[in-house]
Amino acid sequence: MSLLSVIVRTATRWLIPFMQLFGLYVIIHGHASPGGGFQGGVIVATSMILYAIVFGLSAARKRATQRLRLVMESAGPLIYALIGVLGILVGGVFLEYRIIPLPYEPHITSEIMISIIEIAIGIGVMALCITMFYALAAEEALAAEEVK
Amino acid sequence: MIWTLDVALLLFLVVLAIGVVISKNLLAAAIIFSAYSLLMSIVWTQMNAPDVALTEAAVGAGVMTLLFVAAATRTRMVEEE
Repeated sequence: MSLLSVIVRTATRWLIPFMQLFGLYVIIHGHASPGGGFQGGVIVATSMILYAIVFGLSAARKRATQRLRLVMESAGPLIYALIGVLGILVGGVFLEYRIIPLPYEPHITSEIMISIIEIAIGIGVMALCITMFYALAAEEALAAEEVK
Repeated sequence: MIWTLDVALLLFLVVLAIGVVISKNLLAAAIIFSAYSLLMSIVWTQMNAPDVALTEAAVGAGVMTLLFVAAATRTRMVEEE
């Protein structure tokens, strides 16, 4: 259970959706404005790390299980690579979006593909940042148990 | 008048960097480094690099500070003389 006060817990509960919404905004608008998959993924991961700090590591582990994180960590680079290989399959070079045969203008196709890649990067970076923090915090919890 | 803001930001950056180096308390050093990253992101914005500024604010001030604090709690916080 959490050691922090009810004010911190309530504020966190209200803050986390807005953090995640801002992270998603940064990811989705990555192709047109500052930001992108990496920055947005880090912002979404920060909300989950805040949850882990306030509500404890075991509660956070139930929200983002290791299996889910493994799948997301693998899915991000996989989607990126598949989109890249798609350019080769239709006769271009790696990550050449323009010539992918979608029923749109070439620059619209390019923007759609860049958006998909940004989402993939966001998923991967988010899971990786959460895993990094969990690994550090888990060793700390382990050390605290040894002291007991 | 914007150059005065730039000069003030850069001077304060130098002060914060020296503060990180000479700080004996690891937690204080991590927090000062977070402030350094926040100011650095403003400087990046002044240099017309909003993408880098967003990265600096998200990674430097957010996740790096958390990871530094998580790592520092596993050591003795204060360096002995």
